[in-house]
Amino acid sequence: MVHEMPKSHKGSSKMKSKPDKSRSDLDVNSYTRKPKRWGSRSIAHLPEEFLKRASEVGIVSEENSRSATYFQVDHSVTAEIVQNLFQDKIEVMSTKKALKKYRWFKDYWWKLINADTDKFTALAETRWDQGYFIRILEDQKVDFPLQACLFVSTDNLNQNVHNVVISEPGSEAQIITGCTVHPSVHRGLHVGVSEFYIKEDANLTFTMIHGWSQEFDSRPRSAAVIGDNGVFVSNYMCFKPVKSLQMYPVAYCRGVNSRVSFNNILYASEASYIDAGAKIVLQNEGSGGEIITRAIATDKAKVYARGFLQGEHGGSKAHLECRGLLLSDEAEIYAVPELLATSQGAELSHEAAVGKIAEEQIQYLMSRGFSEDEASSLIVRGFMDVSIFGLPKDLENSIKQMVDITAQRAL
Amino acid sequence: MTENVLDVRDVSVNIQGKKVLENINLTIQQGEVHVLFGPNGSGKSSLLMAILGFPSYKVTSGEIFFKGVNVTRLPINERVNLGMSVAFQNPPAIRGVKLGSIVNHLVSDSNKLAEITEKLRFPPEFLQRDVNLGFSGGEVKKSEILQITAQGGDFVMLDEPDSGVDVENLQVVGKVIDELFKERSGLIITHYGYILRYVNADEAHVLINGTIVCSGKPVRILGQILNEGYSWCMKCPKVIKAHQK
Repeated sequence: MVHEMPKSHKGSSKMKSKPDKSRSDLDVNSYTRKPKRWGSRSIAHLPEEFLKRASEVGIVSEENSRSATYFQVDHSVTAEIVQNLFQDKIEVMSTKKALKKYRWFKDYWWKLINADTDKFTALAETRWDQGYFIRILEDQKVDFPLQACLFVSTDNLNQNVHNVVISEPGSEAQIITGCTVHPSVHRGLHVGVSEFYIKEDANLTFTMIHGWSQEFDSRPRSAAVIGDNGVFVSNYMCFKPVKSLQMYPVAYCRGVNSRVSFNNILYASEASYIDAGAKIVLQNEGSGGEIITRAIATDKAKVYARGFLQGEHGGSKAHLECRGLLLSDEAEIYAVPELLATSQGAELSHEAAVGKIAEEQIQYLMSRGFSEDEASSLIVRGFMDVSIFGLPKDLENSIKQMVDITAQRAL
Repeated sequence: MTENVLDVRDVSVNIQGKKVLENINLTIQQGEVHVLFGPNGSGKSSLLMAILGFPSYKVTSGEIFFKGVNVTRLPINERVNLGMSVAFQNPPAIRGVKLGSIVNHLVSDSNKLAEITEKLRFPPEFLQRDVNLGFSGGEVKKSEILQITAQGGDFVMLDEPDSGVDVENLQVVGKVIDELFKERSGLIITHYGYILRYVNADEAHVLINGTIVCSGKPVRILGQILNEGYSWCMKCPKVIKAHQK
């Protein structure tokens, strides 16, 4: 189903302010700021329940299957390791360290995101708790993924990280980021500011998996700028319940032929409130991008799936695709696609379809001998299919396992 | 004694309150293959859907027996598990559900699967595609036949296996279907009858306006239809009588 662009923006902007307003009432002073300190250690030396949770968001404890590992527990950095083979290809350290080490680092600090944007960015500036700096050096092709884990182990904690990723010209890399909490953590607030600099001819795939808990709030604030012929792929997945999650990363395709893809898979269950979107700004000849969202809402969950394409340059092209699947009458999915063209020759398009599982699909599978439940489960799993994302095989397999478990739980 | 595989007795069917089939009687015995002819919209596919038990095809009167079991109120998958299978004409695309995941569910034996895919001249990577998504006409037919072969039911219904297929693929599909019916009974819906070049059918029925108006030797009936079109059937006294009702 292809909708036409609404004639007036009034309706959607009014709606947009409604949920944000009610949810930004979070009292940022109601959380603890004094967690236990953690000394540095390898991932394998973290408690077992840490490893289990981390593995559910794509972080492996066998560090040699990753080119580098950054691990942060609460406000402490426990690991910032680059494997020997990759020492001259990449740099990984906390942003606090990077700010001390490099004079030029300030040129990448709060340059894509304004600290005054909202109270969460302000919080990240005034109460800043580390975060990772990852730099892939010029022309380096890193064939093993890097991994970064932001872990909350203290109940009711406020964790504010600020990350910076620089893909130097001609570099290629995959980063896996997992954000999650200890099983004893119910409430908390995670704020994550991330700035991505993809320089000319660089290629970065960034995959982020979130696994929060039912009373936990999360506010990622991300922005990326992409240079000539640069490619940025941002995959985001969230399968576990969360109290509220609100994010709206933006990518500026500043260079000639720069490209970005946002792929989001959202599974919202219980009373989760997820307001997730992405924005692409096309600023040069041949720049292009796509936003693909698959959202499932069950129980009493609410999902706002947003997308904004802005074409500022002729010869730019972008597409937005949102598919939503409702598995409960009490759940809600609101797809909000927006297109803004300010230059002739900017080609912007979108498709959105929201609904329940199609009866004809279930009946078709039943005619192959599947029971109704088996058929629904197969369709839900297929809906969250990640094989198109081109992820590293081990990550793809572990995500498939998560999807299988999620689909089973769903029905 | 030959047994009835399928026995449709006085069945009438409604879709959303509208009558689409009336007093259908159809008996297919073990080892027989029957053909169902009829103009577009005459109710051929509806009959298939009703036999399979699609909920929107509501049986308002009559009963359907399959291998002696009254299946009139059984859900689709239970009928299928008794040995029915169907190759659809326009199956729905399901994003993310690989043809391979369906087929693997149906056959646990991977050698057997390889054998079938080879026979159908199916490249193995085809199994990695989302089922029916962007399939060509020929690919749909092959995928459907692959699935019913994997299912292993002994009663097969084919909905227009010869429509939308080019000549070369018709030959491939026709041969596999012919082989399929060496061990199975079945019912074939066909508009033009091309598939009968490959398959020996035992009996044919003509369905017009939701009623079976005529039954007989497939070759003879097809010959008449090809020569004179369904208008020939419309002149049949039985059809006129049915209309007057």
